[in-house]
Amino acid sequence: MKGRDLAELAARNLREAVLRNSLTTLGIAVGVASLVAMLSLGVGLQNLASDRLSRTGLFDAIFVTPKPNTPSFRRLESPNPAALTPVRPLDNDGRHQLEALPDVIAVYPEIRFPTEIHYAGNPYATVVAGVAPSDRNDGAFDQMKGSFFSGPSADEAIVQIELARQLSTPPEAAIGKDVVLRYAERQALPAESGGGKSDGYSIVPREERLRIVGIIETDPAGGFGAFGRARLFIPLKVAETLRAAQTNDLRDLLRDTPSKRTYDSLTVRVSGASKVKDAEDAIKNMGFAAYSLLDASNGLNLVFRVFDMFLAIFGSLALVVASLGIVNTLVMAILERRREIGILKALGAADRDVKMLFFVEAGAMGLVGGVLGVLIGWLIGRAINFGTNVYLARQALPAISVTAVPWWMVGLAITFSILVSLVAGMYPASRAARLNPVHALRYE
Amino acid sequence: MPMNAHTSGRAALRLQQVTRHYQMGETLVRAADNVSLSIGVGEFVALLGSSGSGKSTLLNLMAGLDRPTSGAIFAHDRNLAEMSSEELAKHRSHTIGIVFQAFNLLPRMTLEENVELPLRLAEVERSERGARVREAVDRVRLSARLSHRPSELSGGEQQRAALARALVNRPTILLADEPTGNLDSTTGDEIMFLLREINESLGMTIVMVTHEHPRAERFAHRLILMGDGKVISDGGAS
Repeated sequence: MKGRDLAELAARNLREAVLRNSLTTLGIAVGVASLVAMLSLGVGLQNLASDRLSRTGLFDAIFVTPKPNTPSFRRLESPNPAALTPVRPLDNDGRHQLEALPDVIAVYPEIRFPTEIHYAGNPYATVVAGVAPSDRNDGAFDQMKGSFFSGPSADEAIVQIELARQLSTPPEAAIGKDVVLRYAERQALPAESGGGKSDGYSIVPREERLRIVGIIETDPAGGFGAFGRARLFIPLKVAETLRAAQTNDLRDLLRDTPSKRTYDSLTVRVSGASKVKDAEDAIKNMGFAAYSLLDASNGLNLVFRVFDMFLAIFGSLALVVASLGIVNTLVMAILERRREIGILKALGAADRDVKMLFFVEAGAMGLVGGVLGVLIGWLIGRAINFGTNVYLARQALPAISVTAVPWWMVGLAITFSILVSLVAGMYPASRAARLNPVHALRYE
Repeated sequence: MPMNAHTSGRAALRLQQVTRHYQMGETLVRAADNVSLSIGVGEFVALLGSSGSGKSTLLNLMAGLDRPTSGAIFAHDRNLAEMSSEELAKHRSHTIGIVFQAFNLLPRMTLEENVELPLRLAEVERSERGARVREAVDRVRLSARLSHRPSELSGGEQQRAALARALVNRPTILLADEPTGNLDSTTGDEIMFLLREINESLGMTIVMVTHEHPRAERFAHRLILMGDGKVISDGGAS
């Protein structure tokens, strides 16, 4: 029988027992909906996590430090003299070399120093951190009040909400006001001996007036712990020009060239997460220690894959139960249409025609159930999103999307639904095809 | 094996020592027991016999709906016993037309759809189907009832519709299993006249199972009497 005739006869048969077939199809739809809802939650959460993590700038950044050469702390292990090679300092030469690497778009130090700020005549102790322009994409700055720095060299500051509350009531009133930053500037001392070698540096108290332009609610990540516990953020370029004394300055003093500036760490940002590995290898070859979150993100993806797989298995259980409904419906249809099958065979229908007729009916229920199921699953996802966002709104948190139904999921769910239905239809279809026409025609 | 004057001399159906046994519990039922006969092209044969004599079994074997336990059945020199189920389906579709006592029309289809059904199964082009259906329905004089469902037709009309369905694929052999069994005598005669007309105008071979001896004598060319699965007598109608 030709495909179109087969489809017409199958559609006619499905319309005949419309209530039973509709209920069976609805059963499949509920199964598919459960699968889609589960998967959409898994994918949505994965997207959310990936999005949040990528916005931290951690996945296209490499954290560079001087290579450690400390021996093992274990007493029984004798120190290996070969391992105690001189450490390559992370200085400006190194920084320029890093900047020259392919795919590197920025290299910047972690600048953070304790300070005292004066606001409206009152002193406040806090920690200041430099913020690179690329950190603008950090999620913490999305919900900020006020605005980001007007330029990379602007004498402006962004205040963390807790500090802002101390400065002013309401905190928003601090925006547009000036704050005075008191800090210790590091100044190199001129060489006393004739060799031209600097003997160290002096610490000089300085002041810098900054205008508060914004307030952020949450702490930005900004790299590998770069901004932790900092409460005042200033443009990185400004922070660098301040030459504020930092924790590694004491170490510099003990070196041969104390006036030569070194960095505790540098953040190397590359043009994409795919470029991280090559850049990381190149940095290690330069004699520095390098670390990226690429491996951690791969691990995270693996966790989400396993999570999705289990969600899909649980979601599929409902579909498997629904497939039993198809078997039941089609077996009932064979009993009811036994005589009809006999007539079809007497009129020239081959076993294959009868089998295909039942297959098409099962497939049609799978297709309609699949489409309906995707729609219901998508609606369930929307409901989950809505509920989540109502809760977040009550907590004064920004709206998010915890579910996602990408096109591949739509295709996958409908294909899976049709496949499960066809498998469920196999037994009834072959049973119908095997019916002896003489017995079927005698059936009343 | 007698060959009637109405035939062309070639065999439309030839049965050679055909046996069909059923196992019912511990009893072996010999529904057809070593039957040999030949039915010529264009013959109108009536298979007579009491209930359980094996006449319907023989008809099912000729139709390819059932397979013999042993022996050979030739339809236009092709042995049905050696055919695959796919080939038997083609045989039923192209060579054979079947009419049943209970009409066996599909109740949810209109008369037109019922008659069209064998054309769908035979994969006849859609463009050709309309003309073929009209031709078959005109032959049984039911053109005015095309859009009616079986429940809206009388018994005689239903059997005429079944006849149109059996003819629509232009078979060479028409098998009728008690075609007048569910009809009153006047309507039964109408059907018999139609069968005779089809036999004479189209030269179609007809094998009809019936237990109505007088009607068989009146319309058929040849009467084969069966009993206990065997051919008891085989001869021309008086």
